[in-house]
Amino acid sequence: MSQAKDRSQDLQKQLIAQLYDDLADAPQTGRKVVYTFVPGNLTELIRSFDLLPVLPEINALQSGMRQKTGAYITEAEKSGHSEDVCTYVKADLGMIKAGNLGPTGRPLPKPDLLLLSYTGCYTFMKWFELLREEYGCPVVMLHVPYQEAGHMTATHRQYVVDQIRDKLIPALEEVSGKRYDEARLKEMLARSARMEDDLVHVFQSAKNRPSPIDAWFGGVYYIGPMFTAFRGTPEGEEYYRLLRQEVDERVRLGLGPITPDGVLQEEKFRVVVEGPPNWTSFREFWKMFTDEGAVAVASTYTKVGGTYDFGFRHDPARPLETLAEYCSECYTNRNLPTRIDMLARYVEEYQADGFLINSVKSCNSFSAGQLMILREVERRTGRPGGFIESDLVDPRYFSAANIKNRLESYFQMLAARRAGVATTSLEVHP
Amino acid sequence: MERAEIVAWAEANYLDLEFKRARAWVSEAPGRKAIGYLPVYAPVELIHAAGMLPVGVHGGGDRLDIIRGDAYYQSYICHLPRSVIELAVSGRLAFLSGAVFPSTCDVIRNLSGMWRLLFADKYVRYVDLPQDYDPAMGGAFFAHELRELVAGLGELRGAPVTRDEIAASVRVWNERRALIRALYEKRRLEPWNVPTDELYQILRAGEIVPVEEFLAYARAYLEVCGTDGRRPRDNARVVLVGSFCEQPPLGLIRTVERAGCYIVDDDLLHGNRFLTVDVPESDDPLTALAHTLLDRSVASPVMYERDPEAKRKLMAQRVEAAGAEGVIFGAPSFCDPALLDRPMLQRGADAARIPYISFKYAENTAQFQQFREQAGTFSDALKLWSGA
Repeated sequence: MSQAKDRSQDLQKQLIAQLYDDLADAPQTGRKVVYTFVPGNLTELIRSFDLLPVLPEINALQSGMRQKTGAYITEAEKSGHSEDVCTYVKADLGMIKAGNLGPTGRPLPKPDLLLLSYTGCYTFMKWFELLREEYGCPVVMLHVPYQEAGHMTATHRQYVVDQIRDKLIPALEEVSGKRYDEARLKEMLARSARMEDDLVHVFQSAKNRPSPIDAWFGGVYYIGPMFTAFRGTPEGEEYYRLLRQEVDERVRLGLGPITPDGVLQEEKFRVVVEGPPNWTSFREFWKMFTDEGAVAVASTYTKVGGTYDFGFRHDPARPLETLAEYCSECYTNRNLPTRIDMLARYVEEYQADGFLINSVKSCNSFSAGQLMILREVERRTGRPGGFIESDLVDPRYFSAANIKNRLESYFQMLAARRAGVATTSLEVHP
Repeated sequence: MERAEIVAWAEANYLDLEFKRARAWVSEAPGRKAIGYLPVYAPVELIHAAGMLPVGVHGGGDRLDIIRGDAYYQSYICHLPRSVIELAVSGRLAFLSGAVFPSTCDVIRNLSGMWRLLFADKYVRYVDLPQDYDPAMGGAFFAHELRELVAGLGELRGAPVTRDEIAASVRVWNERRALIRALYEKRRLEPWNVPTDELYQILRAGEIVPVEEFLAYARAYLEVCGTDGRRPRDNARVVLVGSFCEQPPLGLIRTVERAGCYIVDDDLLHGNRFLTVDVPESDDPLTALAHTLLDRSVASPVMYERDPEAKRKLMAQRVEAAGAEGVIFGAPSFCDPALLDRPMLQRGADAARIPYISFKYAENTAQFQQFREQAGTFSDALKLWSGA
């Protein structure tokens, strides 16, 4: 593999670093801070009030990548939190106890408001009840109904719009001291839609052979600005424009994805991946794929902050309605049959050899039902599924040897299957 | 009726994993239907209003071998859904024409989707609970959810469910709620006359038999339970917290009581007491039901707690209301709602200097020695502290 790095990667790092610097400086600059969640994040609305968003899941995964979460989780368990529950929550609580240092090593500010976007994950509700006890700050609940029938109903849309208009916006006005500026919000939403076009273009580039991107491990970098704080911002728009150009160039040159060890030279297996990655051994985990020449050509995890590739775009003409629809469309707010439809489509449209489920102990929103997903997607596509287990940020639940063994066996099976198909094909059409 | 007869009726229904009584009801007249519902809170009176039998689906406890259910769930997911799946794929729930899945947690939520796939010919409804407490928003939303449920049930039976039918069923369920409140009050006052294992089995029977039958037996129990000369023991009085969804095995409840703890308040089968008052009679019974849920529902981890002080105060309030001396936090393993709530509740108990113990169980837990020792020691300690 050759070493490679794109300009967009540098820009992405700069953006994220700048955000954490702005957050660390907030007590001095007086900027107010809103904590919220990735699924159903209302970044444009928050930033239209010049507020800074903090996403606790992002903090937890960043801590995981920096090998901090083992100690944080232990600290939280010592103070009474069960070993059975979400490790994002425990990593966050442990991080608070350890001084709330962000990924740049500088302290994160306390929230001025907890925006409980209750979208697709039960634990979110408890998480912010727990943080409310830590910080003693106000919470505003935004209840986004689950898509039990596979789509958002008009009544559900109106319910969410009503809450945004009558509860959330007044809370943001109060904390920011600014009036709601719809023109500004619309401008940001228009920018979001353009960014979303570019992101979808990038993800769909994986339909090429070889795929120029890895849509799971690499994908988490691509969604970073979009899912954290930069949707609707000029710098976010610039990032996605640049990323799109670079990916188009990689397609033109017939290059594979950039990995931590350089450009993947040979694409041997194309897989679709369901579930979040493990963060504490992220690089080691990724290497298990690249060593086998496996590329994730599509993933569901990269849709937790929005399922843009099925057509949704923020619509500046309907600012509150579009925010409500955005929340509802996030992946984990979709019912199981819809998730299975998505995965089956990915397998077909991205011409995957198979699909893999990384089932994480922490997250029932993802994990409950995945064994059924496995069977259903196999049945519909005829492509084999693989199942591995790990966790988000608890290093105790990443068993490298076991996972590697399973992955190797899975890829061997794909290879054998391919060879078998080829033989059959030759027999039928000599 | 004698106590023994009532308890025998309750036990027979509790133990029956073939749901014979419910099946019999369905087969007694053509066109009858039964609808299952999962914990914690489902608006079961609306199933009754549609002329159908609501059947609580609480898994198979320690009486069911899980053969196929484990193939649907990873080891780190609670036991209830695999047990429910086992009941379903083994055909024991085939008599149900549909199932209602309330918004309890992500596991039960996702189970609703699995049900749609496994039983495509059955009625399946996920009922979201309102997490916004404004009647004009959360209230309107939940009333709409209820209307959707009623419409779906009407479609299933082939005729719309009328307002009068709903109002009548709300009245019946008000009666049911009042009776259960009375049973809990009787146990609070005289726990030696209302052992929790008896009360629990009566309520479990009430989950699967016609409401009229339950009311008759439960009323009879209330009448006779203080008449057979039982004498109080020198037991500690405790509140059992956290077992609102996956139910503990009966043996565990008995173990706690036999170890010297009178359970004088609990979360068992919490849906029965989710609404703490009668639903007012109204021209719009669905809105009345929705507003009662918003205004007068029990503190539960499945609902967002608006009051920042509430969780800190809850254990003190419950202990005081029950006249209890301590709390037993008993929650199912891997239960997000109970286990994420627990540290907040424990902090409140610490602040109020309320003694407590904690454990986890699964519905099929078979070894009780550890619980016996823990509860026994706790009871002794409470007695010592009480005397200090």
